[in-house]
Amino acid sequence: MIHSQPAASATRILAGLLEARTGQQIAPSRYWRIQTALAPILKTQGIPDLDALVAVLSDPENEKLLQESLDAMLNNESFFFRDTAMFAGLRAEAFPVLRERRAQRKALRVWCAGSSTGQEAYSVAMLFDSERDKWLDWKIEIVGTDISPSVIARAKTGRYSQFEIQRGLSVDFMLRYFAQVGEDWVVDPRLQAMVHFQEDNLLKPRADLGQFDIILCRNVLMYFAPETRHIAYSKLERSLANDGMLMLGAAETVMGHTDLFSATREMRGLYCKAVAGRTGQSIIPPPLL
Amino acid sequence: MKTCLVVDDSKVIRKVARHILETLDFNVSEAADGSEALDQCSRAMPDVVLLDWNMPVMSGMEFLCALRTVEGGSKPKVVFCTTENGRGHIQAAIEAGADEYVMKPFDRETLHSKLQIVGCA
Repeated sequence: MIHSQPAASATRILAGLLEARTGQQIAPSRYWRIQTALAPILKTQGIPDLDALVAVLSDPENEKLLQESLDAMLNNESFFFRDTAMFAGLRAEAFPVLRERRAQRKALRVWCAGSSTGQEAYSVAMLFDSERDKWLDWKIEIVGTDISPSVIARAKTGRYSQFEIQRGLSVDFMLRYFAQVGEDWVVDPRLQAMVHFQEDNLLKPRADLGQFDIILCRNVLMYFAPETRHIAYSKLERSLANDGMLMLGAAETVMGHTDLFSATREMRGLYCKAVAGRTGQSIIPPPLL
Repeated sequence: MKTCLVVDDSKVIRKVARHILETLDFNVSEAADGSEALDQCSRAMPDVVLLDWNMPVMSGMEFLCALRTVEGGSKPKVVFCTTENGRGHIQAAIEAGADEYVMKPFDRETLHSKLQIVGCA
């Protein structure tokens, strides 16, 4: 329940709601983003300002509007192959190891946690497809999840504007994997068949997605407070195969945040489950028994 | 420090591109058309050319074809940066020897990622 507050605290209340529901924090220095993000909703709903919006949202009947407001406040910036060197490392370092370990099963599951509008999940799909001679007869399943229903809906379409399509994507991959439809670019059905998107909240243990061989959770946990980050890391740890790999953003690390994972020596930003007696820098470990 | 030659008949675009490139630690020079760009390349080949398509005197495609035939002209990475956004144009540019393609409008992130892709950032 939200109670009416003095005018100056509307942004603080909205930031608090966002953190409580999603774990994502907005620093006070960036509270201006809230006004910008919610301006279209204020206009559409005919609500004069954020104070009035907070009052409207205090009514439990307006849960749908609350969801829309939180959705608008989430930072959903995404682009293809964000940090190109890390994706190159994923293909060169992690894929060969996993191909060897899963040679019997010939199946790999990848989870993009916080997949936003889908660019990351489709980037992973392109990595696999670009060397598909190595993955013949393999079942590659890529699951993208996000807390925001609107970005999941967009991700499922696989449709990107001219501006979005060229953010991080090489012209070679753009021509190979996307068809131009009017001003937009639509992903190849072959990639779409590899990728599945669904809503999921990293802070809620439910919605068991099963075990994954690779989890990408990039530029998500950096917006979480330490307590919520711990909850999210626990969920990631439970969802990762014992010999699986976790990939964080280029500017992120587990050090000082969790002892559930430890760094690999091969690649910055790639982590494996922590094992007693093997802390800190380690090689990509052999399968755990 | 890497060098980038910005070839565009729009002074505004050259200014915007220069600003972005300088924040990415490039040493930037400018040319207003393909002919002027070829003159500059004959004196010193840049690491990257950011190239508009439609320009007076010599178009971006004419420049690219000429560049790739002169001595040392295969060295610079050429990134088209143009409002020509059709698949046919893009394919033609790549077949003519361009390394990457940016459709205007663009921002710093887009340009940065394209320069990373061609190995210059």
